[in-house]
Amino acid sequence: MIADLQLQEEPALEMERPSIEVDIACAGFGPAMGGFLTTLTRAWSENPGDPSFESRAVPGMPLQVFCYERSDNLSAGVSGVVTRARGIRASFPNLNPAEIPMTAEIHDERVLYLLDPIGASRRSVALRLGDRVLRAAGSLLGVRDDALELPWTPAFLHKRPGLVLSIGQFNEWVGARIMESGLVQIWPGTPVSAPIFSGKAVEGLRQADQGVKPTGEPDSGFMPGMDVRARLTVVGDGPVGAVSRAIDERVGMPEGHERREWALGMKFVIEVPEDSPLKPGTVWHTFGFPEPEIFGFLYVHPERLVSVGIFVPSWMGDPQRTGYRYLQHFIQHPALWPYLKDGTLRSWGAKSLEESGKRGEPFLSGDGYARIGESSGSTNMLTGSGVDEAWTTGVQLGEAVLELLRAGKPFTKENLAATYETQRLASWVERGEQQAANARNGFHGGLLRGLAGMALAGLSGGKLSLGAHIPPAHRQIRRGSDSGLKERGALLAIETGRPLHDAMLSARGWPEIAFDGRLLVTHQDALLMGGKVQAMPGFADHVVFLDKELCIVCVEKTCIAMCSGQALTQSADGVPAFEREKCVHCGACLWNCAQSGDGEHGNIEFRAGAGGLHSAEN
Amino acid sequence: MESGLHIVVCAGIVPDPLQTLEPASGAGGPGLKNEMALPAVLDPWAASALYEAAALVSKFSGSPQRPSKLWLVSLGPKAKLQQVMMTVAQKASFEFVAIDGPIGGFPDAHSTAAVLAETIASLPGLDRERLLLFGGWESATRGAGVTLQLVGERLGIGDQFQGVDQIDFRDDGSFEVLERIDGGKHQVSVCSGAPAVLGWATGNLAEPRNNPQVGMTNMRGILPALQKAKPVKLEANGLHYLSLSLPKTQRTTRVVKDMVPKAIADELLAWMREE
Repeated sequence: MIADLQLQEEPALEMERPSIEVDIACAGFGPAMGGFLTTLTRAWSENPGDPSFESRAVPGMPLQVFCYERSDNLSAGVSGVVTRARGIRASFPNLNPAEIPMTAEIHDERVLYLLDPIGASRRSVALRLGDRVLRAAGSLLGVRDDALELPWTPAFLHKRPGLVLSIGQFNEWVGARIMESGLVQIWPGTPVSAPIFSGKAVEGLRQADQGVKPTGEPDSGFMPGMDVRARLTVVGDGPVGAVSRAIDERVGMPEGHERREWALGMKFVIEVPEDSPLKPGTVWHTFGFPEPEIFGFLYVHPERLVSVGIFVPSWMGDPQRTGYRYLQHFIQHPALWPYLKDGTLRSWGAKSLEESGKRGEPFLSGDGYARIGESSGSTNMLTGSGVDEAWTTGVQLGEAVLELLRAGKPFTKENLAATYETQRLASWVERGEQQAANARNGFHGGLLRGLAGMALAGLSGGKLSLGAHIPPAHRQIRRGSDSGLKERGALLAIETGRPLHDAMLSARGWPEIAFDGRLLVTHQDALLMGGKVQAMPGFADHVVFLDKELCIVCVEKTCIAMCSGQALTQSADGVPAFEREKCVHCGACLWNCAQSGDGEHGNIEFRAGAGGLHSAEN
Repeated sequence: MESGLHIVVCAGIVPDPLQTLEPASGAGGPGLKNEMALPAVLDPWAASALYEAAALVSKFSGSPQRPSKLWLVSLGPKAKLQQVMMTVAQKASFEFVAIDGPIGGFPDAHSTAAVLAETIASLPGLDRERLLLFGGWESATRGAGVTLQLVGERLGIGDQFQGVDQIDFRDDGSFEVLERIDGGKHQVSVCSGAPAVLGWATGNLAEPRNNPQVGMTNMRGILPALQKAKPVKLEANGLHYLSLSLPKTQRTTRVVKDMVPKAIADELLAWMREE
């Protein structure tokens, strides 16, 4: 959705829309925005009398800086964070990890190849052969509990000396410090629906309308979203943010840049028993199970809390790929289960990761706006690192904004390019992105090819890499899978009333989950844990199926299989039903649509909405 | 009613009740496990009181000489208060009075009440003859249900109602109150007028939606209030906890789409009778 003063693309609804003027309007609060606002407020606190900080929006007052975050709480984020924290430590040189709950310094880092103890995963012939050799060799090669710890892992994968974090706790800690300064107001529970355009310039943000029907039409108690006009709009709304995508739609992407590579990260936070041998700061990276395409992780926080999760990538072509049940099988792998089995599930969450890296980098700035964080392509897909890079891009923009404020220069495309972009392009973030640019190409040809490609890129510093043609996300979903298997799955789904993707896993030979109500719980029970997934009424449905005819003819319905919260379900007319109260805003539907109206993007639009996760532990 | 209302809402902040809460004993006494990591919300019962108060103030604005006014008095750590206010401030207009102190449900209710009463008594411009003291009938922390009553007693307010779901004013300033009693019923009482204490249950209003404009207006007062919040230490007064435990809970979830309500009710009853 785009709010444009000139083109008037919105329906001609006569309404008085409230409007305010600020100096800087920010979309989204995460690590990137934390870096930006920390840099800004720190400079202001050191010299609040500096005339550079005088507001033009409200003369006589300091800069009016307003940040709008969609989720109901700054602590309601989700990510599996293990980070070198280079940029974060540069901002907080005296950082004591004990100040931020759930933070630990990394002490022990391992990479494990997980064999398949069940025999249900879809492995290539080469991989099966390799597994047989490993099993036969057993302890001679160090295979234990159906896992092989790699004796050597390349330096580019290591995160030491870094930190294990909870993104929710980190965001809240940073947010509290920023707001203490008094310069910035960070408003949770205020989704931003669109940027305000004037041509290709951005003049602020439009908040989502409230008191509307699910379709977006005004209902009783209609409250039009406020227009927040600003001389600078900072966009840090994450990989599936509505503002970012609206800007990309309006100004386009740099030549050859597209966002075609994604993954769904889904995790549990588990409290392990008191006698657990897992020490805080333990980090395991895994690959090979539950499917060859799925990478996993286990990070140990203080207070016996463990984050354990998986990444389901877009290059996993199975149309019935899914997250939750695979995660449950993952934690039951013999290499992990002894540590987790007596634990208690405290919370759960999921988010999309935008994995195109440099290839998905948009225009970083324009007249009146700048992009930071994951939606600006800052994630390093070689090291698997995003939070620190995002933070650093925020700091870089903060320093650029300070330079422009002190020089009395406007926030034009040229000025932002000369300051922010120049600094970013000369930084370690950019160097990392360049090295990582083609690191994951090989995975589109299979796991082994992908690992070889990563090693090649990583060890050569990005100079060597495998080539690949990366199709749009909808074409990465394979059609025409085993019809016999699908029929068995469908019958099982009808008999048991469970979703098709869940029945398909059972039909493939994955054992049923033995729910215990404590750690292994149903998908719906998981939504009730850790603060409960919920949403305030009065907002429009934020998942919209653009061309319903495409949904009706769609056989794959991968959007339903991959929906993290089971908010998308089958309906009688063929168009998936959407329940926004169960949506965790992971955005998986955006890139898991098997159809496309324009050949590039899926048939699902993911708009700004309120609600979602309410756990502070993810 | 020509004379406006002066409503003071006492609202603590509590760890979000929907989070995983577990009591724990530490060096500093009883508390909650990982309490620092838990997100805080305005106590849900007190929040109902706030929304009801805001609706009343809006409905009965009073006269220019005696306008209505709403205060929100909240005791908690300053950082947590600020965090909670970024949401609460968007839902209702009020004058915020912050007290920097501990939360958790374990401090002595008498100490808490003493601090709150002293703060309320010294509110500039407060007309005690028009005072309605609102709060939750219990809190979502320990649920003792005594703090508000003690505050009222300390302020010399004898007319007290607990478990309130509704208040209806009459033209002469008297009002009718519905309080919850056993059996899902309400007791109807008529009070001749303020001052009075009302400890609210849920009331009848839905949670107001977030209104950023209201939030920004409120912030002009909230930020200064936080900056001048006085730190307080709550005395234990000999209060000593012998043991802490969670109430027993049991949950089973089953998603059904085609069961009629009677069948669902029958199944629920059968499940409850199993225990």
